[in-house]
Amino acid sequence: MPLDTARAAPSPVARAVKDALFAALVAAGVFGPLLAFKTTQDMQNRLIVEPRWDLLAVVVLLVWAGRFLLSLWQARVRPETTAAIGTHLVWGLIPQSIRLVIRNGLPPAALVALFVYPMMILSLTGGGGALKWIDNFGIQILIYVMLAWGLNIVVGLAGLLDLGYVAFYAVGAYAYALIATKVIPATFPGLGVWAFWICLPIAGILAAFWGVLLGFPVLRLRGDYLAIVTLAFGEIIRLVLINWTDFSNGYEGISTIPRPSFFGIPFNASDTGFAATFGLEFSPVYRTIFLYYVIVCLALLTAWVSNRLRRLPVGRAWEALREDEIACRSLGINTVNTKLTAFAIGAMFGGFAGSFFAARQGFISPESFTFMESAVILAIVVLGGMGSLIGTAIAAVAMIGGTELLRELDWMKAIFGPQFDPVQYRMLIFGFAMVVIMVWKPRGFVSTRMPTAFLKSRRAVSSAHVKEGHG
Amino acid sequence: MSDAILRVEHLTMRFGGLVAVNDLSFDARRGDITAVIGPNGAGKTTVFNCITGFYKPTQGRITMRQKGGAEFLLERLPDFRIARTAKVARTFQNIRLFSGMTVLENLLVAQHNPLMAASGWSIGGILGLPSYWRAEKQAIEKAAYWLDKCGLTDRADDPAGDLAYGPQRALEIARAMCTEPELLCLDEPAAGLNPRESLVLNELLRFIRREHGTSLLLIEHDMSVVMEISDHVVVLDYGTKISDGTPSQVREDPKVIAAYLGVDDSEVEKVEAEVGL
Amino acid sequence: MEVFFQQLINGVTLGSIYGLIAIGYTMVFGIIGMVNFSHGDVFMVSTFIALIALMVLTTWLGVSSILLALLIVLIIAMVFTSLISWTIERVAYRPLRGSFRLAPLISAIGMSIVLSNFVQVAQGPRNKAIDPILNSVFVLSAAGGYQVTLSYKQILIMVVTVGLLAIFWWVVAKTPLGRAQRACEQDRKMAALLGVDVDRTISITFVMGAALAAVAGTLYLVYYGVVNFSDGFTPGVKAFTAAVLGGIGSLPGAVLGGLLIGLIEVFWSAYFSVEYKDVAAFSILAIVLIFMPQGILGRPDVEKV
Ligand SMILES: Nc1ncnc2c1ncn2[C@@H]1O[C@H](COP(=O)(O)OP(=O)(O)OP(=O)(O)O)[C@@H](O)[C@H]1O
Ligand SMILES: [Mg+2]
Repeated sequence: MPLDTARAAPSPVARAVKDALFAALVAAGVFGPLLAFKTTQDMQNRLIVEPRWDLLAVVVLLVWAGRFLLSLWQARVRPETTAAIGTHLVWGLIPQSIRLVIRNGLPPAALVALFVYPMMILSLTGGGGALKWIDNFGIQILIYVMLAWGLNIVVGLAGLLDLGYVAFYAVGAYAYALIATKVIPATFPGLGVWAFWICLPIAGILAAFWGVLLGFPVLRLRGDYLAIVTLAFGEIIRLVLINWTDFSNGYEGISTIPRPSFFGIPFNASDTGFAATFGLEFSPVYRTIFLYYVIVCLALLTAWVSNRLRRLPVGRAWEALREDEIACRSLGINTVNTKLTAFAIGAMFGGFAGSFFAARQGFISPESFTFMESAVILAIVVLGGMGSLIGTAIAAVAMIGGTELLRELDWMKAIFGPQFDPVQYRMLIFGFAMVVIMVWKPRGFVSTRMPTAFLKSRRAVSSAHVKEGHG
Repeated sequence: MSDAILRVEHLTMRFGGLVAVNDLSFDARRGDITAVIGPNGAGKTTVFNCITGFYKPTQGRITMRQKGGAEFLLERLPDFRIARTAKVARTFQNIRLFSGMTVLENLLVAQHNPLMAASGWSIGGILGLPSYWRAEKQAIEKAAYWLDKCGLTDRADDPAGDLAYGPQRALEIARAMCTEPELLCLDEPAAGLNPRESLVLNELLRFIRREHGTSLLLIEHDMSVVMEISDHVVVLDYGTKISDGTPSQVREDPKVIAAYLGVDDSEVEKVEAEVGL
Repeated sequence: MEVFFQQLINGVTLGSIYGLIAIGYTMVFGIIGMVNFSHGDVFMVSTFIALIALMVLTTWLGVSSILLALLIVLIIAMVFTSLISWTIERVAYRPLRGSFRLAPLISAIGMSIVLSNFVQVAQGPRNKAIDPILNSVFVLSAAGGYQVTLSYKQILIMVVTVGLLAIFWWVVAKTPLGRAQRACEQDRKMAALLGVDVDRTISITFVMGAALAAVAGTLYLVYYGVVNFSDGFTPGVKAFTAAVLGGIGSLPGAVLGGLLIGLIEVFWSAYFSVEYKDVAAFSILAIVLIFMPQGILGRPDVEKV
């Protein structure tokens, strides 16, 4: 339609103004009712509405300005190049050789950084402040990295859309919590300090068992239906945990869960504690650092196993299953077993992560295992680029670390007033980022796929060919 | 007729009210190339789907007899066992490759079962036992052999989805052959090929039969291919077998001509009367 | 027996609400094959719009006739909710049409998170309760000391549901718009070639689904009198269950499914346990999807090899 546009094309600025006015009008309608009026309780605890026109005006103005700039930007660069520039803005400018170095050097560099991180933080902030940075950023992000890598086996490799992954996380957490607080004290009290190390494999096995149990009925389902059924299973498990109080203590959850020991040496201030044994001054930071290294090892184990599996026949069968299940069956692959293995192994890592979570918190309740968790983990896998470990890790750091950073924005209170709490916006921003990233890169950050074997040279497969699975 | 590798007896497949295959019986002899032909919608693909276990036939029996004498009733086996145990492989009318995997990976997936055993059901593989890496090397060699035979060696590390139509068809055949089948079922292998590719295909099929002793069952619309390479032709129309014999016998058969030329009903009756039906 | 009748009335009321939401799921799934994950939250947003509109009308503008107020509230809720849903489709789903299948699903989940958190931030996390309205009841039977009652609210809900469903059915079955929708459902490319404006048809489908969700939202507010930002997820999943149970893609199926889910939930709570009522709903969802994915009125989906 070049003719058409040439004839009618108004100046880009005029168009942008028009677009922006329209967007502002829509925004006024969309945000109008909920922003312009605030419902609150009055003195008698009755609901009243208060006007808040100023806020609406600000938001509409922001939308207007945003849309105006976006239109201008889109008018200057052609749409195809917008996408390309967005992606390759930095990458394309770097010479080939340096690109190679970055690509090959990134994983080892990241590994080294991972291992020195707590030391670095410790030396930078000293004992007190370090706790927060190691725990909230290090451990928190790594739990999600591990969960996402575990789910990646199911979703990214086998192409089975699982929206109930948090169920296995819960199984792992409750397995550890219940065994460590009820079973071990009653049967082998002497093993108390070893509880975490004994329960870790048990939790993994139990979760894998549940993976098979829940996976079995849904084998025939595909796509969105599979997602919904797994969601239902996840919710059922959570609701049972809430309501079956004899078993799980309901909403109250389970507290005083034993914390992990340093292979038998507890982290406490006693004479046999960690600090005393190693001649250090007692500080809670040692336990946190230890937990950090535990989750680093667990996450790396997940990555290593899933990478290995990808090069084994099962892994290839998973990917083949994602590409075309019928062709798999025609080649003699037992698709039932193949899918169940994916569910089981994915669930197992979820279980490990769950028992680590319980050990780290010392307290768990069903609140931690809502659908939202599953959605966040799945979002990380998809945003990272399905099947790509590095992409997934980047997505976890960006999404979890990014929203975690909001806690550090206290200075904003100076601008927006003392009742302003950036943490409130955590999930709002998270959801918004999900939408934006999907629209910008529907295939996720890393969309190419590395072949698992090669005859002459290993070349990445572009995402255009890779299927996303039918079920 | 004693050495039938595949014997289909009274096969019937209904979809609701539609009878896609109606009381079909035929034999495919060992070492032969047997062609199944018929107009569109005659039920050819449905027969294949019954043989390879994707559909459970409404009625009938399908017996596969291997070289060693072992017999399998295919209608009772789940689909993956038909490929794994009974050694029947197939290709698809609308190509089903693993398009995001490389050509080589496609052929490795086809060797799933032997590799799975070699990897100790993954446990040995995870531990990195050398026996698995040896097995994988052999698998790659076998894949390379078939790539060579299909002229795909140069494309081994490209995604299968990148190939043109002809090479995709060839790859599908190579993939099926990597499962070491005794019977290979090809659903319209020449569809969409140009005449030169068609000739190469004929050569490949002959080679497969000659060097690997694999029997072939093929569906084909391209009469030149059928007449040239098949030993035995079965003709279907509206799910019913209307003719069965050597290519030249079938070619002369007035019912086949009627079915293909689509003569009026009255003329069919006339022809049928002439043949004495 | 009295308990049974009472629960029947309650179940049909609840079921009407689920049915109205379910139509949105079923229509969107029918036309673009996507589970519109944010639909439950669109419903939740509509309850808030209705709440605010009602408050503004009664306290600021002093509309004294409650029925008139509710009529205006209903229209306002439908208009604004439709606009929101239209915008969501435009911003979050349309750019992803025809791309990677998971992308719209993730985008929809993201949108659902955005909606519920936006409402939480904008209106606060606490329950919002209004003074009960339309409280009078008819006593249908008082035998055995147990009153079977039918409240004005329930009558209102049933009447509005039936009336709007009739209009809606007429639009889908008899107008060119409905024909365009069915054409897009069958084959989007072909419909486009034949001159159907596919984008517009899909937009209108979202708008219609949202309008019915807004009706459900208004009725929900009238019935329960309490709304909360987190009340989108569970009704959403239940309505989706209803859509699947009735046969996804089938409009009468969605209504039928909604009624069934409403009845099951109410009877389950009355005769078994209230705590496990959501477990029952989720179990039905799983069981239906596993054993009869085509639902009651849906078409079976055969896989050709
Ligand atoms: N799964 C199914 N459900 C319903 N009907 C089916 C199914 N599979 C095949 N059919 C019907 O069975 C009949 C035979 O189809 P089939 O695909 O076997 O024909 P064909 O001989 O392979 O035709 P073509 O030459 O076009 O490939 C057709 O009418 C088809 O619509
Ligand atoms: Mg066919």
